[in-house]
Amino acid sequence: MKLTKLAAIAAVALTAASPVMADLVFPSLSYRTGPYAANGIPFADGYADYMTLMNERDGGIGGVPTKLLECETGYNTAKGVECYEATKGEGALIYQPLSTGITYQLIPKASADGIPVHSMGYGRTSAANGKVFEWVFNYPATYWDGASIAVKHIMDQEGGDIKGKKIALVYHNSAYGKEPIRTLEELAKMHGYELMLIPVDHPGQEQKSQWLQIRQQRPDYVLMWGWGVMNQVAIQEASNIGFAMDHFIGIWWSGSENDVLPAGDGANGYKALALANPGGDYAIYADLQKHVYDAGKAAGSGDQMKTVLYNRGLYAALLAVEATRKAQEIHGVAQITPAMMRDGMEALEMTEASMAALGMADFGPEFKNTCENHGGSGLGKVQQWDASAKTWNLITDWIQSDKSVIDALIAEDSAAYAAENNITERCN
Amino acid sequence: MWYREAGDFKKTYSEDSQTFPIRLDRIGYFVILLVAVLVVPFFITSYAANAVLVPFLIYAIAVLGLNILTGYCGQVSLGTGGFMAVGAYASYKLMTSFPDLNIFFVVILAGFVTAAVGMMFGLPSLRIKGFYLAVATLAAQFFLVWLFNKVPWFYNYSASGQINAPERTLLGYIITGPNTSPSAKYLFCLAFVILLAWIARNLTRGTLGRSWMAIRDMDIAAEIIGVNPLKAKLSAFGVSSFFIGIAGALYFTVYLGAVEVGEAFGITQSFLVLFMVIIGGLGSILGSFAGAAFLVLMPVLLKNVLVGGMGWPTDIAAHFEFIIVGGLIITFLILEPHGLAQLWRIIKEKMRLWPFPH
Repeated sequence: MKLTKLAAIAAVALTAASPVMADLVFPSLSYRTGPYAANGIPFADGYADYMTLMNERDGGIGGVPTKLLECETGYNTAKGVECYEATKGEGALIYQPLSTGITYQLIPKASADGIPVHSMGYGRTSAANGKVFEWVFNYPATYWDGASIAVKHIMDQEGGDIKGKKIALVYHNSAYGKEPIRTLEELAKMHGYELMLIPVDHPGQEQKSQWLQIRQQRPDYVLMWGWGVMNQVAIQEASNIGFAMDHFIGIWWSGSENDVLPAGDGANGYKALALANPGGDYAIYADLQKHVYDAGKAAGSGDQMKTVLYNRGLYAALLAVEATRKAQEIHGVAQITPAMMRDGMEALEMTEASMAALGMADFGPEFKNTCENHGGSGLGKVQQWDASAKTWNLITDWIQSDKSVIDALIAEDSAAYAAENNITERCN
Repeated sequence: MWYREAGDFKKTYSEDSQTFPIRLDRIGYFVILLVAVLVVPFFITSYAANAVLVPFLIYAIAVLGLNILTGYCGQVSLGTGGFMAVGAYASYKLMTSFPDLNIFFVVILAGFVTAAVGMMFGLPSLRIKGFYLAVATLAAQFFLVWLFNKVPWFYNYSASGQINAPERTLLGYIITGPNTSPSAKYLFCLAFVILLAWIARNLTRGTLGRSWMAIRDMDIAAEIIGVNPLKAKLSAFGVSSFFIGIAGALYFTVYLGAVEVGEAFGITQSFLVLFMVIIGGLGSILGSFAGAAFLVLMPVLLKNVLVGGMGWPTDIAAHFEFIIVGGLIITFLILEPHGLAQLWRIIKEKMRLWPFPH
């Protein structure tokens, strides 16, 4: 009896917030608590601030105000599902869960419900194949691009030949961390390096044995697919065992200020890939200052601006907003639906000029989405941490991933998904 | 006044030993059952099913299972998460290897596979007791999670190590996969809950249940009066794992649809189910439901009240959730160390005397 009463209250508490279709609704499945909060907070703040800027400066997108629905997932898939169910009925246009685990949950659910998912530089890599994954996007680059870019950078550093070298992958033992393995194995066959796999279990606070193994087996390079507290611990441990930091390269999710600062000077020289440029010298910050920060409308505690992950939150929101504009343009209505949003995303093109017009000149790569390609251009840079100046410095220009290897793998993996789920290819 | 035995005459032995000897209890039980089966499915929303009722039903099965082992037989187990993982992976392998096999039998078979694994890990219980057994089952937890991560055969060599439940139907209704209707999910889980709760209730008051309780209360005395500890303990492990395996299979196939073992079935899952058992009440069927309801519904309810109702920032609400749920657990355990089930028993005692207590 007690149970049904509780359930009834919960049901009432939810239905009270009935769908209001007057706004463009952007759910933000964020995590400001738990072992991944250090990375989740700046991203969520950036995402929220950009949406606030749209409302304050432009009066919404195409005249329709945006509405941000924040829901705490704690990087936990079950809570992510709860958040998805709670927000989807409110007219959610696009999901950007910032979690590969939750993305895997949402791919079938959102596809069935007809709501697009944008896993920007994370999630399921083979979703880049738009022929199979109609509702899922992962532009501007995928994990497999990341793996290929990292290997290319190592080859540059070694003068083009890495035959016989030993490369270790320290990874979060989950779908996220396992994602690059297939590409790295393929590249190992091609370039003749030896791949060493070193998993770190959630949440990654304890990595003594992993780094002892690295100390014993002396790999020439260490790649890292880490997130949350795992990044900080790994960088600290690497500096503890005296590993050459410029031979330690993280994915773009392992390269924020919060990851390197705890290790102090020990982190000097640590490298990470860059999905977009670090730093805060963008014209958009003047607008943010004027319309958001000074107006006291900054999200969270308002201390994350100009960091790598805050910028990435801005970027994620910017791409969502641009896709919305595109959708409004295509369909000629201001109040778009999730299905129109999908069309907008598929027709999205970002160029140097369009980024500059939005106040983020030279921030992200150029890319153009098509019906077949949902994965962007696959470009990335390499950034290096300067511990004394406490800044990330770019040390390369955009590096193009090895598409000949990756495209074949994407075709193979998405074909398996299509077969499992009886999907016929589109775009023909 | 209305809640009493007086006037409710029992004429046969079977009437005398029925589960709900008081008429009001009996009526209440059937009303809840009718509402759950015939009314709720028509009003259930996607949110109510996926975020509230389905997880509650699935956890209720897991808690029933652990309650049989820990509450009735006195064997502390911290391996629940691992055994749920066995159920989930068994159902995945069965679903993908035999696509034509009915999902109902897949879940049942996954339960039997888990029962076999559970009995294997239950063998040490014949030699070790108490905390030492808890540590042995903890080893099972870590070993099983490691195994499902390490051996690619279990996840059909997928690149990410994730397992995904393909679409399966029962009598023409879709039960698993993204196109499942909320009421189908709910009814499928509810059918298992009703069936398993009925089995659990009748097992625990029969010969087998009495032998479990004898072992729990004093194993040497039980052995002297003729209870075979091998049979009692292993059967408790088997039945308990069967329940937990079914819960794991439903958790994967019906509730989430895609899981990775480390996150979904980690040690936190084991503790969560154990806390549900303790809060609900050791050795009580009703307590299993109360415990599961408390820990599944309370956080969702608090979230909806704090964020949806009062408009708090999500992070502060999330922290307060921990504080409030934690505080309530401590309060309940101080007020009533035997759990919510004991609280209910006391209320019933008071209700019998109302309105004229001594």
